[in-house]
Amino acid sequence: MEVVVQIVFGLIALLILVAATMVVTVRNVIHSALWLITCFFGVGALYLLLEAEFLAVVQVLVYVGAVSVLILFAIMLTRQISGEGERQLNSRWPVVLAIAALLFATVMAPTLINQQWNVPPAPPLGTPEPLAGPAELGRGFVNEFLIQFQVVGVLLTVALIGAIVIAFEERARRRKVLTLAEELELKRLRARETEATTPEPVEAEPVVRETRPASER
Amino acid sequence: MLNAVPLPAVLTLAAALFCIGLFGALSRRNLIGVLMGVELMLNAVNINLIAFWRYFEPRYITGQTFAIFIIAVAAAEAAVGLAMVIAVYRHYVSVNADEVDRLRG
Repeated sequence: MEVVVQIVFGLIALLILVAATMVVTVRNVIHSALWLITCFFGVGALYLLLEAEFLAVVQVLVYVGAVSVLILFAIMLTRQISGEGERQLNSRWPVVLAIAALLFATVMAPTLINQQWNVPPAPPLGTPEPLAGPAELGRGFVNEFLIQFQVVGVLLTVALIGAIVIAFEERARRRKVLTLAEELELKRLRARETEATTPEPVEAEPVVRETRPASER
Repeated sequence: MLNAVPLPAVLTLAAALFCIGLFGALSRRNLIGVLMGVELMLNAVNINLIAFWRYFEPRYITGQTFAIFIIAVAAAEAAVGLAMVIAVYRHYVSVNADEVDRLRG
C-alpha cells in the first residue's frame, strides 16, 4: 500500500516538474499555456493525494477552468505573426538559471531536508483520521473567517472592474483591423524600410492591431 | 500518505516548482510567459500550505482556508495582469517585456 502511494507521488511529482519545465522553456507560447494546464492538473492530483478533495476541485475549476482560459485568450489577442519562432528567453537567462538553481540547491533543499519537522505521528492504519472537509470549511467561512471572506469578495469585484477598465478601449480610438493581405503588405513595407535605413528604430508607423487568431495559420 | 511520503519530499517538490516558476518569471521575454511563471510560483506556495495542513493539523481548516484565499487572489491577479498585458500590447504592439521600457532612466 505504501509503495503504491510512493509510486503515485513520484509520478505526480515527475508530471508537475516536467510540465513546469516545459512551461518555461518551450518556444511556442500556446504550447507553454497547454503545459501550464498539465501542471495545474498535476497539482490538483497532488491535492487529492494529500486528501484535500475540495481544494483539488477548486484547483481544477479555478486554474484549469478560468485562469488558463484567460491566458489562452490573452495569447490569442496579443499574438503577432512576426513573433513566431522567435527566441523566448531574454539575454539574461543564464544568470537567472544560475540564481534559481543555486537558490534551490544551496538554500531551499538543504534547509527542508535537514530541518527537524516534528511531525505528529500518524494514527495507526484502520483508524479514521479526523480530517477537516468541505463542511468544516463552509462553517469556517461564515464564522471565524467571515471578514476575510468578504474582503476577498470585494477584492474579486475590484479586480473584475479594474480588468475591464484597463483593457477597455474607446470606440473612437479603436484602430482599424487589417486583413491578412494588408498586414503582410505592411510587413513587407516595413522590412524594406528597415533594410534601407538599417539601425534606425522604426516607430513612425501607425500602430496596427491584429485580431485574427484563426486566419493566422 | 503520511507514512509513505515524508513531509520534506512534498516540500522539496514545492521548492523545485517555485524555482522553476521563478526562472520563468525572470527570464521569459513574453509578458504572458512571465505571468505563467508567477502562476507556477503561487501553485508551489499552495502545495506547501496543503502539505503543512495535512501533516501537522489535519483537523483544523486554517491551511485549506489560506490556500483558497491564495487561489482567489491569484485569480484576481491573473485577470488584472492579463488586462494589463492587453493594454500594453495595444500601446506598444508588442508583448516583449524588454521593449516596454519607457520608465528606464
